[in-house]
Amino acid sequence: MVPAVILIGVSKGFKQTTLRRDYLTLKSLFLNPFSARKRFKEETRVVFQDLDLEIPSGTSLGIIGRNGSGKSTLLKVMTGIYKPDTGTVRMNGRVSSLIELGAGFHPEFTGRENVFINGTILGLSRKEIEKRYDRIVRFAELESFIDAPVRTYSSGMYVRLGFSVAVNVDPDILLVDEVLAVGDESFSRKCLDKMTVFKKNGKTIVLVTHDLPTVERFCDQALWLDSGCIRAQGDPRQVIDAYRQEVARRDDARYREEQTVDACALPEVGVFKDRWGNGDIVINRVRLLDGEGKERRVFQDGEDIHIEMHYQVHRSSEDIVFGIGVFDGKGVCCYGTNTDLDEVTLPALGKEGRIGITLEKVHLIEGRYLLDVAVHARDGHNYDYRSGGLSFDIRSSRKDAGIYRIPHHWKLG
Amino acid sequence: MSSLIRQHVRELIRHRSLVSSLVVRELKARYRGSFLGFLWTFLNPILLLAVYALVFNFYLRIRVEHYAGFMFVGLLPWIWFSASLLEGTTSITSGGSLVTKVLFPSQILPAVKLLANLINYLLSLPILFGFLWIMGVYQGWPLFWLPLILILHLLFIQGLVLLLSAVNVYFRDVQHILSNLLTLWFFLTPILYPLAQVPAPFRRWVMFNPMAQIISAYQDIFFYNRNPDPRMLLIFLGLSLILLALGMSFFERYKETFAEKI
Repeated sequence: MVPAVILIGVSKGFKQTTLRRDYLTLKSLFLNPFSARKRFKEETRVVFQDLDLEIPSGTSLGIIGRNGSGKSTLLKVMTGIYKPDTGTVRMNGRVSSLIELGAGFHPEFTGRENVFINGTILGLSRKEIEKRYDRIVRFAELESFIDAPVRTYSSGMYVRLGFSVAVNVDPDILLVDEVLAVGDESFSRKCLDKMTVFKKNGKTIVLVTHDLPTVERFCDQALWLDSGCIRAQGDPRQVIDAYRQEVARRDDARYREEQTVDACALPEVGVFKDRWGNGDIVINRVRLLDGEGKERRVFQDGEDIHIEMHYQVHRSSEDIVFGIGVFDGKGVCCYGTNTDLDEVTLPALGKEGRIGITLEKVHLIEGRYLLDVAVHARDGHNYDYRSGGLSFDIRSSRKDAGIYRIPHHWKLG
Repeated sequence: MSSLIRQHVRELIRHRSLVSSLVVRELKARYRGSFLGFLWTFLNPILLLAVYALVFNFYLRIRVEHYAGFMFVGLLPWIWFSASLLEGTTSITSGGSLVTKVLFPSQILPAVKLLANLINYLLSLPILFGFLWIMGVYQGWPLFWLPLILILHLLFIQGLVLLLSAVNVYFRDVQHILSNLLTLWFFLTPILYPLAQVPAPFRRWVMFNPMAQIISAYQDIFFYNRNPDPRMLLIFLGLSLILLALGMSFFERYKETFAEKI
């Protein structure tokens, strides 16, 4: 089968001059004609070089990567808005690109009029639009607003209409750039549903997004673009894993750089956003270990997680409680406990030492979790409370919802 | 060069329905939201005529028979020309998401401005005729030259506007220079005065101005009821074609970088 998208040896760079100053003025040309010409010849900023990429027909490819890694530029090269400096781009089929929704909408015109113009811009004939018109409006859920000027629309309505026109073009290849982030939840779900239908019909989708879970759920393949190079391509989960680890590594590195001054920092464990307490006893290191005692940040669903805290006692006390709390991305506490609640009697603590807690068979649903650790008195008076920042990820093959998987089984009859 | 031109024209033809709907939108958008709406298309030239007639008939007396009619004949195509040029020159730079976010043959943008202003001109013709008849200036067979003159004029403007709109992407100064230059050009073109009033030593030079050539053709058929000078039209045609070829190939050569420069 012919691949839907073929890129061979594609390079794209931007002239630095255009980036530094938008345009050359005649004045600057008159004032120093020679330096201007020199500046023109100055370096080009290469976005990507010698990129080879093949997307099989019917594949959904998610492109991930940090800001400025060249994702959008790549999409624009595929669309044909940017011409590659070298190499060839071949697209087999009708392309619709959702780089900007509602491109060419005129605010003074009604939704109806804009549907027709926008559709024509996207390559539909008038007759084709007429045929799709009802579908477009129904999908955008704008039946009662369609004859109002677009300037009166909320931004969500605007985007809905734009998306609706774009997907109803019935393209063979759909290029989507981070547009699903707008609009409310029900609409993004609808968009995803629509794209799923696309997928089922054997269309090719290229999705640029920062929404990793969507890539994981939706795409057959992921591509990780890092400053213009393909770092990984293949199974979404593996690519995203690799990407996440890299991001964590970079964050760690930056954190360490920032924290070199702070001797008391928690190295290699991530950024603790907040810390408070009187410092009688401090937790100066936290590690997450798997069942084999290896330090890890990503755990599979159902694994044991061992949290190890290294403490240091500056002023000893009888009244000591160690606690932990696990929070999800929205700040909801998934679980919290401490040695007092669990009725653990602590022996008299030495100058320093470690204490650990093993969370058994953690069946949290997939996602990222933040860890709080603390040492405090029974009345809640904190010696050291370190909140957030140390995160770990739970990976799961199951896509169930909620916070925690309650052990369960189904029975018929 | 010829392949660039062919590509340019082919894309325009392929997107003709888009061009026409954008032209319609352009015309509608102009007066959208105003109370009198499309009526302004007719009101504007009438009011303009009134202003010029007032100034030049009563204050600055110019001794030409049916002077207001004479002036109106030349003024309307000039408005078509200058409005197309001004709007067309900035059409790429202000094209926004159409240039940078969607795949869209950008030569459509200046063409839309040109055509919208042409239609505006055509819509003002009934007023011109009505006005001339009231004055007692009648037209005859030479009027059949009008389509040809319009086509020639269209080619000329198109060539110029392509060139300017492309250059304006790189040198935004063009749009400012242009608006001043147009004022000068307007007064150098025999629109407010007949050619005969230009002092003899300069008269030869006036007709080197292509706008003078084409405007005088308009004046011939509308005002003097005589055939335009075919030699002059031929010269104008040659000039327009050269300009058009230049404009198209220049535009085509640089249009792929427009999205990056805006």
